Amino acid sequence: MTVDLPPAPAQLDTPARPRRIPPAVLLIAPSIVFMALLLGWPVIQGVLQAFRSDDGFTLEFVTRMVQDPYFWPAVRNTLLLIAVMIPLQFAFAITMALLLRSNPRLDKVHFFVWAIPLALSDLAAGLVWLSIFNDRGYLNSVLASLGIDTIPWLAYDNPTTLFLCVLVAEVWRSTSLVLVIVVSGLQGIPKDYDEAAQVFGAGFWQRLRHVTLPLLKPSLQVALILRTILAFQTFAVAQALTGQNFPLVVGETYRWYTGLQNPNVAAALALVILVASMLISIFYLRALRDKGQEGTR
Amino acid sequence: MADITISHLVKTYPGGTERATDDVSLDIKDGDFTVLLGPSGCGKTTLLRMLAGLELPDGGSVAVGGRDVTYLPPNKRNMSMVFQSYAVFPHRKVRYNIGFGLAMAKKPKEEIDRKVEWAADLLQLGPYLDRLPAQLSGGQRQRVAVARAIVMDADVLLMDEPLSNLDALLRLNFRSELKKIVKDLGTTTVYVTHDQSEALSLGDRVAVMRKGRIAQLGDPLDVYDAPADRFVGGFIGSPPMNFINAAVSGDGDVLLVGDQRLRAPSLLRSFSSADVVLGVRAENVAVDTQRSSGDVPGTVLVVEPMGSSILLTVEVEGQTIKVQAPPTFRTTPDSRIWLTFSPNSMRFYDSETAMALVAR
Repeated sequence: MTVDLPPAPAQLDTPARPRRIPPAVLLIAPSIVFMALLLGWPVIQGVLQAFRSDDGFTLEFVTRMVQDPYFWPAVRNTLLLIAVMIPLQFAFAITMALLLRSNPRLDKVHFFVWAIPLALSDLAAGLVWLSIFNDRGYLNSVLASLGIDTIPWLAYDNPTTLFLCVLVAEVWRSTSLVLVIVVSGLQGIPKDYDEAAQVFGAGFWQRLRHVTLPLLKPSLQVALILRTILAFQTFAVAQALTGQNFPLVVGETYRWYTGLQNPNVAAALALVILVASMLISIFYLRALRDKGQEGTR
Repeated sequence: MADITISHLVKTYPGGTERATDDVSLDIKDGDFTVLLGPSGCGKTTLLRMLAGLELPDGGSVAVGGRDVTYLPPNKRNMSMVFQSYAVFPHRKVRYNIGFGLAMAKKPKEEIDRKVEWAADLLQLGPYLDRLPAQLSGGQRQRVAVARAIVMDADVLLMDEPLSNLDALLRLNFRSELKKIVKDLGTTTVYVTHDQSEALSLGDRVAVMRKGRIAQLGDPLDVYDAPADRFVGGFIGSPPMNFINAAVSGDGDVLLVGDQRLRAPSLLRSFSSADVVLGVRAENVAVDTQRSSGDVPGTVLVVEPMGSSILLTVEVEGQTIKVQAPPTFRTTPDSRIWLTFSPNSMRFYDSETAMALVAR
């Protein structure tokens, strides 16, 4: 067989090159090592911790996590918060981005002010809102000065206002992230598309629905994934405002780890968040995939 | 279909000090194809965008078909437009793109389908209706943009340098196709371009713009033959018109170009002893290697064969001009040739104001 094949000239002329590691591998090696040490290893450790006791594999910690009276309320609260907060945030962020796009006076200042919460630590934000919603906080002071009965916003037996307070604080704190992503996405869309739609008779809502939002889809997808994953991790604001009165999954993780000194159950809870985040990302990626543009990229 | 009346339009962009359009007035007859021609920054696109409603003027008015549309939003003006960047929606198929305007107007589906098919047929887009713009070539995307504009039954069709992103050959082919399509449609059309050959070949009328004003408005051949000022003559034509400094003799009979004496046309009688600028197109200068009466001597500097002609750069009395010689003409740099200016094709401009001279 080999006789029929023409000899490869390169192999005749040059001696066999010594096997080398491709430069690409060398280039990404530092980040691979870095990621493996700082992300991969802890993840593996965490997963193992949730399932391993001194006697080997066990579901004991998972069982303990599920049977804890705070677990299901925490899951329910987290999901409820996500379900209400994410649509609200996107409505706000898109509205604000569209307002900014219409080049109002001082648009840079507006954008800067709206982006401030991004720079704030979430615990600080929680404390700020605590000073507002507190029984003797700013909000109640205003109400009292207007002659309206004050409301114990953060009372443990008032789950609706507890939820509302956490919701308002979280929306305030984290909408700016969505805003920044949506604004940068809008800036990436040439104005011509919107102008063409205007000339061809499309009104504001028609343009939003048929032109702007579809073209914004990649940015919205990124923002959705980021925001939802981060919403699963909502913690400090709720902790500052409500303590354990409005339990969330990450708050429970924290309580098991520091309060109850049980890292194994805490690891199991963290695993719940990891799995939920992965599932939701896969869901978004599939749901928002542009069927039309497949194969062209 | 409708006529357009633009009166005293003034626009200054925020932050700018110069007027983008400076008191522009223009009447466009129903069904006319008007080309706005000018170098970049002359205000032609601004004028078009104010027609479309994408920019609002600081002063003046725009009326279409007798209706004042100056401050109407774009979607209420019943216009359609072809954009320089095509602006074909990348996320939707060709079929949807062409029918976009009709769908926004909530036309019945059969009507949309029928018109889309018609336009696709006209622009040879039939096989591509179910493709996405990303799967089309630049020329095809351009066709989609034109198809989207012509299905609209708009009062006015606006085109903003629609051919400038196509390669030279495609541009030439599509230009004549576009002319036929628009002529058959009969829609009033305003077309913006910086390409003078496009303007001359497409327009019923050409408005040459400079610094926010219309420098000349007229039939394409008039604009070419008799530029209203030196700017228009220098902008239109390839090569641009030659301008030669000259003087009229005391009795007004003789035109002096350096030491050379030419017979002055009767127009110059009233400009005796004045400094003037002689404007003449390269193809209106006859060349010869032999001297005959009335000829002006020149020295060849550069010889550029163009195929259909030979472009010569010639020095005449210390001034450099371009001359178009027949392809059979043979000469070499540094040789002496003789030029004849045909009296009918000579234009004269005031040496100070650069405006065309008219008999007075």
